[in-house]
Amino acid sequence: MVISRKPLHVIATIAIAILPLFSFANVSNDSVKKEAHEVHVATDANHGEAAEPQDKKAKVDAYIQHHLQDSHDFTFFSDEKEGKHYGFSLPVILIDNGLKVFSSSKFHHGETVAEVDGNFYKLYHGKIYKTDTAGTISYDEHHHPTNAKPLDFSITKNVVSMLFTSALLLFMFIGLAKSYKKGPIPTGFGRVLEPLILFIRDEIAIPNIGEKKYRKFMGYLLTVFFLIWLLNLLGMTPLGINVTGNIAVTICLALFTYFITQFSANKDYWMHIFWMPGVPVPMKIILMPIEILGTLTKPFALLIRLFANITAGHVVIMSLIAMIFVGKNLAADLPISLGLTLFISIIEVLVAFLQAFIFTMLSSLFIGMAVQDHHHDDHH
Amino acid sequence: MYNLIGAGLVVIGAGLGLGKIGGSAMDAIARQPEAAGKIQTAMIIIAALLEGLAFAALILGK
Amino acid sequence: MEKLINDFSFGLFFWQAIILLILIVLMVKFAWKPIMNSIVAREEGISNALLAAENAKKDMLNLKSDNEKLLAEARAERDLMIKEAREIKEKMIADAKSEAQVQGAAMIESAKATIESEKNAAMAELKNQVSSLSLEIAETLLKGELSNKEAQTKLVEKMLGDAKLN
Repeated sequence: MVISRKPLHVIATIAIAILPLFSFANVSNDSVKKEAHEVHVATDANHGEAAEPQDKKAKVDAYIQHHLQDSHDFTFFSDEKEGKHYGFSLPVILIDNGLKVFSSSKFHHGETVAEVDGNFYKLYHGKIYKTDTAGTISYDEHHHPTNAKPLDFSITKNVVSMLFTSALLLFMFIGLAKSYKKGPIPTGFGRVLEPLILFIRDEIAIPNIGEKKYRKFMGYLLTVFFLIWLLNLLGMTPLGINVTGNIAVTICLALFTYFITQFSANKDYWMHIFWMPGVPVPMKIILMPIEILGTLTKPFALLIRLFANITAGHVVIMSLIAMIFVGKNLAADLPISLGLTLFISIIEVLVAFLQAFIFTMLSSLFIGMAVQDHHHDDHH
Repeated sequence: MYNLIGAGLVVIGAGLGLGKIGGSAMDAIARQPEAAGKIQTAMIIIAALLEGLAFAALILGK
Repeated sequence: MEKLINDFSFGLFFWQAIILLILIVLMVKFAWKPIMNSIVAREEGISNALLAAENAKKDMLNLKSDNEKLLAEARAERDLMIKEAREIKEKMIADAKSEAQVQGAAMIESAKATIESEKNAAMAELKNQVSSLSLEIAETLLKGELSNKEAQTKLVEKMLGDAKLN
């Protein structure tokens, strides 16, 4: 290599380090602005002069809600006053009487109606609805839009983040795999990665699945562990990514574990579910639905806890940062807010690892339950 | 309003459970320091299951 | 719960499933397999090396004990040889001594015999010489006595006197 890699590292580090200065500087973007405006009007009508702090709180609330959701464009930060957004648009893919592909810039962050092939679509709270030319959205009594929703296969922010993370994982671990060709001990960053792999193998896979059968599941466990960990850590960056705090993502991950567990299960496992050995027949009949439900609650616990943990972390951090904007006394609020945010951020870095660890641990535990050989005379 | 009371109850229950798990694990580690790794792993698993339960209750009740 | 169901995006789920599936396949093929294989190979190499070292140590110990055994044997052999040599030496000395004694005794014996015979011979000579000498003395005496008549008579008388006394 002609140029030394060191300066590149330094530049990358600085770039990441100064990101928060831009990213959280403005606590609102435009799709939120609209909502905030509505609230503002409503509160104005109801409470008159007491509206201002209410408005701010609602704005922060809406902003956090917006952050937790997936988005059709990648906005790093926005200028509220001028209505400008800094970021890039992502492709929207809709299935609505045929495939429709267009850029999300057509939505103008929910401000205008996008017209594609004679159909009109509008972005409302992160979801795409089919509307008329004017973009009117009708609501039911629970304030939910009743407009038709086309099937949305867009490459959203979360999909892009996931692709980025996957590429990063491939890059890191293929590099590690290649470094073994040079010698038995990895060089460079591989020295950090290898103990983690050994940790997954020796502390998670082997004790839970068993010495003989663990190898088959190592690929899944390692991939899921590093994917979740990296996505969690990416959520800690101020890029505003919240992938593992998205219910669709965790459902998908849990379903993978569920299917792997069910498909690799041996006869004993099914026996224990449908016809529990060692108990009287009436009990067997009662236990069967409970056990079947049990197989479903396991992945459900898996998906809920990952989702809830990450979401809670994001909400707490963003609420603490929002203290700066909601509070009246900036000099008093700023240090408290920054201190608490720093404290929670450190905990969240730990949680990011812990959640990935627990997801992998529980997955291997469930797999281990399904594949282990039962010794009937030992227990029951 | 009832949601919040329910959430509080869930948190109290989960807190008691976590405290019991943590306390027992500490006792066990104090008794057998050489088995600390295994005890920690088991503790984390049980805590995770409990946490999952608590989160499920919170989210279902929301 | 209602909000969660509302939040669930099928598109995201779809993409996540596809990405995860492809990622797992790619990672298994290009990363985990070679990594795990190298790690396992390295661990086996390490355990083999340890085993080999252990064996070498055992061999060394065996060799050492063999050496010691050999050394002890050699030492024992040397001791035996020395002992034998000493015995031979002592025997030789004893043999030489006894032979010398026997020879000496024989020599002394022969010397004694010689001395005895010499003595006897000398005695015999001496006896002869003494007898001849006494004869000569007697002769000369007789000659001297008989030449003087008076002396002869005196002698005879004396002899007679002695005889009377007897």
